[in-house]
Amino acid sequence: MSTRTRPRAHPDDDSVTYREALREGLREALASDDRVFLMGEDVGRYGGCFGVSLGLLEEFGPDRVRDTPLSESAFVGAGIGAALAGLRPVVEIMTVNFSLLALDQILNNAATLRHMSGGQLGVPLVIRMTTGAGRQLAAQHSHSLEGWYAHIPGLRVLAPATIDDARHVLSAALVDPDPVLLFEHGSLYNAAGILDPSVRSVDLDRAAVRREGTDVTVVAYGGCVSKALEAAEELAGEGISAEVVDLRTLRPLDDATFVGSVRRTHRAVVVDEGWRSGSLSAEIESRICEQAFFELDAPVERVCSAEVPVPYARRLEEAALPQPAGIVAAARRVVS
Amino acid sequence: MAEFTMPSLGADMDEGTLSQWLVHPGDQVARGDVVAVVETAKSAIEVECFHSGTVDALLVDEGTTVPVGTPLARIGTSAESRPTTDRPPSTPLVRRLAQDRHVDLAAVHGSGPGGRITRADVEHSEPEPERAPEHAKSAGSSQPLHTGIRRQPGTEPARRKRSGSGAEAKPAPTTRSTKPVRSDDSTGERPVPPRVKSSPLARRLATELGVDLAEVTGTGRGGTVRAEDVRSAPAAEGAPRPAVPDMARAATARLMSRSKREIPHFYLSTTVDMAAALEWMHARNRELPLSARLVPAALLFKAVALAARKVPELNGHWVDDGFVPAEEVRLGIAVSLRGGGLAAPSLAHADTLSVVEVMAALKDLVARARGGRLRASETADPSLTVTNLGDQGVEVVFGVVYPPQVALVGLGRIVERPVAVKGLLGVRPMVTATLSADHRAADGATGARLLTAMDRLLQRPEDL
Repeated sequence: MSTRTRPRAHPDDDSVTYREALREGLREALASDDRVFLMGEDVGRYGGCFGVSLGLLEEFGPDRVRDTPLSESAFVGAGIGAALAGLRPVVEIMTVNFSLLALDQILNNAATLRHMSGGQLGVPLVIRMTTGAGRQLAAQHSHSLEGWYAHIPGLRVLAPATIDDARHVLSAALVDPDPVLLFEHGSLYNAAGILDPSVRSVDLDRAAVRREGTDVTVVAYGGCVSKALEAAEELAGEGISAEVVDLRTLRPLDDATFVGSVRRTHRAVVVDEGWRSGSLSAEIESRICEQAFFELDAPVERVCSAEVPVPYARRLEEAALPQPAGIVAAARRVVS
Repeated sequence: MAEFTMPSLGADMDEGTLSQWLVHPGDQVARGDVVAVVETAKSAIEVECFHSGTVDALLVDEGTTVPVGTPLARIGTSAESRPTTDRPPSTPLVRRLAQDRHVDLAAVHGSGPGGRITRADVEHSEPEPERAPEHAKSAGSSQPLHTGIRRQPGTEPARRKRSGSGAEAKPAPTTRSTKPVRSDDSTGERPVPPRVKSSPLARRLATELGVDLAEVTGTGRGGTVRAEDVRSAPAAEGAPRPAVPDMARAATARLMSRSKREIPHFYLSTTVDMAAALEWMHARNRELPLSARLVPAALLFKAVALAARKVPELNGHWVDDGFVPAEEVRLGIAVSLRGGGLAAPSLAHADTLSVVEVMAALKDLVARARGGRLRASETADPSLTVTNLGDQGVEVVFGVVYPPQVALVGLGRIVERPVAVKGLLGVRPMVTATLSADHRAADGATGARLLTAMDRLLQRPEDL
């Protein structure tokens, strides 16, 4: 099975895809800790709806890589039970849209048990799911609802945006004694790059500055980080130096990093694939205003998805999502 | 008729510069309103008025330095000086409407009861012809100030210098398309310059650099003044700065030299076990909202204030070769200013405030002292000063008495130390409190009583 175990997008070089990086993280977790197991719809024989767990069933057997029925509430609940019983389950929910079927388990049980048991019961559970649009999967598979989860105390919410983060995020998440939600942007799975051998772990408490700049801070996360970087590149051509901050963790927010950046650049653009109203971008903008109002030289701009269900048609979908051109335009507005 | 005079804002002040008027002839003022900004050797201070009435005349021009006690303004305290106006009666709403439409109310015929001008009268009247550009251009330099009565310090950088009397100013068209902002006073008709649209950073920079925002051409969206515009603008001439470090340094130098020359100091020191106080504070903090959380300084200051009440021999002033006890505990809080120098704003009735109130007052005072925006009433001589250098990392402070006070308490950092408690060695948070005192006014035994009282109070924090 070795050829299936490690399919290579680019067999000629050392680059790995985001999907492969996640798989390496899973493999490492399964190999290094007997308590870790993966479960979810199609994670076993099919290799994962997005191919992340391809080959892991063959490598670790059906006890460690378990297919589940189509019942999000049931298998997330089972994951919570297993975590309470001392295991370290990694539960995969296909997309964030489906996770709403398990919202009761996530919000009312996983997130609250530590508090409601007076600290006696922790739920060391990791839930992985896909989020975001851009692949013509229509509204019911394309929404970005991670901001909703970032609203919930008791959860840690992560959004790895780079190959390196994808590779190491799971081991860091499994160390957390409380539930961690991992949002993988669907458009990133095929993104490829070279793993940085010097990166051995992910600091989940810190946002990352992906590009340094002096004129405007672009705050983004997940699938929008690459768009922000693309926009920064274009802005550089116009003589505008943009700093790109990758939030990496959506809850708890590392406001010190992005507010610190705004203190230096005095201008901010927040990119969020979620809908604008009541969004994570609103929270970020608010914190910037609360903590660095007197450092601002222009109103904070936001680039969010159009407030419609994400359309199926390609042109419409592109138009509904934040795009580099929109980020560039927003950055121009704040600096001019 | 009452006179508003140059106040004495500290024992060492004998003259002051009137840097800014915040009222104009004809304005109604109430006791406690901030009417002027006075520049002392230490900082710019907002001065409150002690009379209610109508400002009759301003006797001293901005920028003039006069001795303490010089009349600065005449205030009509009764009906004797109503604002001289022949304006027909109108309601505030109508005045607002007229201002928005650039209608001169004096030229409007009132059709309401008693000649009152109604909404309809304003709506049907012709707006004033556009004024000549030079009037508009001079808006920043000669137009009356925004009244600023009761305004929050720092919300509007008061930078405009005024030369005209402003008494007969009329609504002026604005240099920019912004609508004139209505003043918040009751007279209503007097125009105010348009609010300059500027980014928060530009505003802050303008204050720091002494730039008059009204003089800056904004290049941002809709003519918004941005940081870059402020940086490239020349600093306003003679604009008062929030703090003048050199002057503050000089004032501190003068005062401290006087202290060391005249006051025979003696020093005492004791270490206080803070375990009980900190435990109580942490418990209390769990109940308090984040913004009101206590820091140890609040407890220490409160303890000093209560101790000062118990030992009145050290709470007061040395005046004309004799000690005069103060009637209340006005705790002076030594605050180091950015750029050097010291200010010691006072916390009135510190002994009667709750610890939470002391905390709130402390935050407020320190912030405003550093911003150079203290009220006159807060700079009145403290009866006992505390200098707390704990947050600067030092363990013991031996201070210099702030004349004409007779004592000063110094507080260091709270440090965990091995201490023998009831025959056992334990690790306790300890703070070193010192007393510097004027030997003319008190002896060591009196000083010891103050420090001991403070120590005792801190062992029963729930009674603070």
